[in-house]
Amino acid sequence: MGNGGSISVKEATKVYDPDGAKVLALDRCSLEIGPGEFSVVVGPSGCGKTTLLNAIAGFHELTAGEILLDGQTLSSPGKPAKPGSDRIVVFQNGALFPWMTILENVAFGPLAQKKMTVPEAREKALKTLETMGLTLIAQDYPGQISSGMRRRAEIARAMMCEPKVLLLDEPFRALDALTKIVAHQFLMEVYDAQKPTVFFITHDLDEAIFLASKVYVMTTRPASIKKILDVTLPRPRDYRLLASLEYQRLKAECQDAVREEALKAFSAGEREM
Amino acid sequence: MPITKRLTKALKSVALRRGLISLALFFISWELCARFQVPILGAIPAPTEVLASLAHEIVSGYYWRSWGTSLARILTGFVIAQILGVPLGLLLGFSRKAKEIVFPLIEIMRPVPPLAWVPVSVVFWPSAEMSMIFVTFLGAFFTVVLNIVEGIAAIDVRYLRAAASLGSTRRDIFWRVMLPASLPSVLVGMTVGMGITWCVVVAAEMIATNTGLGYLTWRGYVAGEFPLIVVGMLSIGLAGYLSSALIRRIGLHFTPWLSSQ
Repeated sequence: MGNGGSISVKEATKVYDPDGAKVLALDRCSLEIGPGEFSVVVGPSGCGKTTLLNAIAGFHELTAGEILLDGQTLSSPGKPAKPGSDRIVVFQNGALFPWMTILENVAFGPLAQKKMTVPEAREKALKTLETMGLTLIAQDYPGQISSGMRRRAEIARAMMCEPKVLLLDEPFRALDALTKIVAHQFLMEVYDAQKPTVFFITHDLDEAIFLASKVYVMTTRPASIKKILDVTLPRPRDYRLLASLEYQRLKAECQDAVREEALKAFSAGEREM
Repeated sequence: MPITKRLTKALKSVALRRGLISLALFFISWELCARFQVPILGAIPAPTEVLASLAHEIVSGYYWRSWGTSLARILTGFVIAQILGVPLGLLLGFSRKAKEIVFPLIEIMRPVPPLAWVPVSVVFWPSAEMSMIFVTFLGAFFTVVLNIVEGIAAIDVRYLRAAASLGSTRRDIFWRVMLPASLPSVLVGMTVGMGITWCVVVAAEMIATNTGLGYLTWRGYVAGEFPLIVVGMLSIGLAGYLSSALIRRIGLHFTPWLSSQ
């Protein structure tokens, strides 16, 4: 909602050190994400994309470098970011609480932050579910609905908090192709309505270009930014875009960059064997 | 679904009819074994004799008093085990420090079967009643504690992260995430604990007292009233089944999300 949300990652470095076996996951990775930008990060498996997301979310500490949110230091070595509702994460396998109904899940954020009373949060959650077309599942438990519905409900839960930044870690990975299309449309509508800054991780190049304002291609581990693609396709977008020339051009460009890194990752993997 | 409707549906089911076949065969062969005095097996009183004994017992106050006494022991031991075990389990689950301090002690005590405690608790506690409640308590206590600790350890880190990300305080995470997330394992611990409690109380009653269903069974043996032994066994089985079913029932009420999947 034009309330900031610019992220600067400056020379972020992360070394995992379980049992002394040092693994460099992020190597002086820098990127600038503008407020309200829909940034999509693609890169080979295990390249450190999630490490970067976790550092922004506040689940991990950086070894060197820093991350700023709207010019304020968010995370630096020794001072990890605190997880908070200005940066909400939607997880790869989904993390709706199974013991709460969808309505209770969606109302969770404002209640946890003590920003609303129970009836207020309920009412807002109902309204949010209504605008997102999810009214029918309000009283269901997550275990009772499809994975596509669950993912949408989780996005609704995140948007209830009006976050500056929405962090999505391969949220649609487990969905089938058709459900994915619906989920994309859904996310686009949510994004167009609230314009949060989005940090979206995926392997799927079609998904990346279809959704993104900017695609960041990461190198294989240790990760840094290899290439940035500006996706200037007009919004609101729909699936007819996939046939456009501009789209094809972007995809080819993206593919070339990703392919190079994937091959590197593959041969590195073979060496490690 | 109303209970009558469920009952008629269950009665019509093929699974039930198949189950009845094995039951019927069991009772018929049992009866035949007794009638024809088959070696070894023939020593067990026939179902008809057991039924006669049961008919005799259920009108006697003594039989029902035995039920009452055993139930009271179970309930007291079990409830005390929950009152002490649930908070301890939660504490050990949430605090690494507490776990590191207390857990070794629990790991040493746990493998000792509750029944091995009977002699020492008879010496230790002033009355036989208290010593029996104590061993019953032990039977449920460790199971409950361990299940809670394991349940909490198994909570998916995603839920904790999601809650933190949504702005929860630590307190909030405890009450609204960790507690409900570990509830299913708490209930499993209670159900298993209840089963163990019955094992323990019956054995303890045979050893340390002259009341309760365990003693009733034992008395059948001592007095040579063999049908009474079987009546006692069946009663204990039924009592154990009913109490576990009750816990499951209550559990379902508190974990509606599990039954709706």
